[in-house]
Amino acid sequence: MHQPTQPDTAARRAGGAPFSQTDFGRHKIRREAVARAVFLAMTLLMVAPLVAIVTHLVVEAWPALSLEFLLDVPRERMTAGGIWPAFVGTIYLVVISLAVAAPIGVLAAVYLNEYAKDSWFNRVINLAVINLAGVPSIVHALFGLGAFVYAARFGFSVIAASLTLAIMTLPVIIASTREALSAVPMSFREACWNVGATRWQTIRGVVLPNSTSGILTGIILQVSRAAGETAPVMFTGAVLYKAVERGSLLPYYLDDQCMALSMHLYVLTTQVPNLAQSIPYATAVVLLGSVLIVNAGAIGLRVWLRNRKRW
Amino acid sequence: MTAARDTIPVADGRRARRSFGSVAAERTIEAAIRLSGISAIVFVLAIFFFIFREAAPVLVSDEFKPLEFLFSIQWYPTSVVDVRYGTLALTAGTAGVTILAMLLAVPFGLGAAVFVSEFCGPRMKETLKIVIELLAAIPSVVWGFVALTVISRLMVQYTSAPVGVNMLNGSIVLALMSVPIIVSIGEDALKAVPDSYREAAVAMGATRLQLVFRVLLPAARNGLLAAVLLGVGRAVGETMAVLMATGHAVQIPHGILDSVRTLTANIAAELGEAPAGSAHYRVLFLTGIQLFLITFAVNLAADLAIRGVRRK
Repeated sequence: MHQPTQPDTAARRAGGAPFSQTDFGRHKIRREAVARAVFLAMTLLMVAPLVAIVTHLVVEAWPALSLEFLLDVPRERMTAGGIWPAFVGTIYLVVISLAVAAPIGVLAAVYLNEYAKDSWFNRVINLAVINLAGVPSIVHALFGLGAFVYAARFGFSVIAASLTLAIMTLPVIIASTREALSAVPMSFREACWNVGATRWQTIRGVVLPNSTSGILTGIILQVSRAAGETAPVMFTGAVLYKAVERGSLLPYYLDDQCMALSMHLYVLTTQVPNLAQSIPYATAVVLLGSVLIVNAGAIGLRVWLRNRKRW
Repeated sequence: MTAARDTIPVADGRRARRSFGSVAAERTIEAAIRLSGISAIVFVLAIFFFIFREAAPVLVSDEFKPLEFLFSIQWYPTSVVDVRYGTLALTAGTAGVTILAMLLAVPFGLGAAVFVSEFCGPRMKETLKIVIELLAAIPSVVWGFVALTVISRLMVQYTSAPVGVNMLNGSIVLALMSVPIIVSIGEDALKAVPDSYREAAVAMGATRLQLVFRVLLPAARNGLLAAVLLGVGRAVGETMAVLMATGHAVQIPHGILDSVRTLTANIAAELGEAPAGSAHYRVLFLTGIQLFLITFAVNLAADLAIRGVRRK
């Protein structure tokens, strides 16, 4: 058989067919694969702790975890029994703080996104929101102590702690609500203005209904943040121990002190001697579990809504 | 929408009036909106005011010396004979823990941001972003618990540290806590680089690696800087996790296995024991102002960096 002569190119030397990879090309691909692997490893190293922590906590907590643990009150100087007063206290703090922060936050976001022009004053507001979001939680605690506990004379109470948490969650609610509002296309508003609606009518009739889900997602994410915070409630209203009836749904008044799950975990870990190891672990699992479930719910809601979005 | 229909002109040429109630309701709600709009400013000023109000009396008392407060390492707030309020060791603790945490978190955070933004498919990207969001949601007291129980045990086992709670432990926890912020803000910054940059680089025959290091990282420089600064802000302000993880020695750290105490942890540890109105109590509020100013500066810098990106 007569073989047609081919020019002696790099491609031919490397593999035969004219369009096959050159040495350089193969080298390039290999290097890229290595780079990808390195970046992947960095990412996984960051993800691994989440999995490792959750697994470890659940395994260690398993002996103590039960519905009884959730519903029972702490007994024998917190070395036995459950976490009910702390759990219900956290629910109190979260519900009251968000009942205060959510309306103010949403209205503030409406102002910033729908009313505010680009003036120096509004730039100052933006700066204040960013700064408020960056204030350390212990500084919020100092503020709550100085303003609500002493200056407003609420004393160490559920209401003082809730208000402190409310101010802490406010800037994040403003930011997430703004994002939801600005996702509504401008043409929707223009259409509404063109039929003669005022600014507020447009907001109520068009902007808010089209962004409710995004606003809700942002607020739900703050539920878990408020539940997890310790420092702001530790000095404004949460106490080491408070006697509460087992499974009682409304154990606290607004001016009572209360227990909180996050603070309970801190106390169990650092201040209660001779404790069965599974009890603090189980407390941590309940706290982490509620936070992650609420967040997963919010994320699920967001994904579901994004798929349903019509524009 | 009945309200909108009310404003349509009627046949005889006059405009129909909206009812007084409807107009009043609108005025009221708009006033509420404006009031809420300035709430952020009010609260920032209120935070500063109320903390300063508690701290102020100590500034004029003769127990307090401003230079000693800033530059002395002697923190003996409860000493009977010789009370000293020097916060330098606490500031050094905060700085040490934060720097070490950033040395760990920044490379991994930016690496992960690059991976999520440039190297993975859409499905994996979604999954990773959700995991990162969940990682960011873990409460700080749970991190502190993990530091006390797990990391400190590993620390004693694998290093020469005499106790498991020390600067390295605190930094590892802080790094894990600030990585999610660095990744999500960093990924936003990389996403903001126009696709035309990527196309131009690929058309010139750049490999993905060259694209990342020579085009994307320089182009997203400001956004990535902001990501790191926000990570720093979180690390400086974090309280419970460092309180539980770093040990309780008020000292200038000499090695990464020394125990330290940070400004935040110091307030959390001592506020409960300082009687309200005492000099000790007021000095703790003063360190609160110190922290407030530090995080203010860091957040302002991050905001300026992000603003730089937007202008481009």
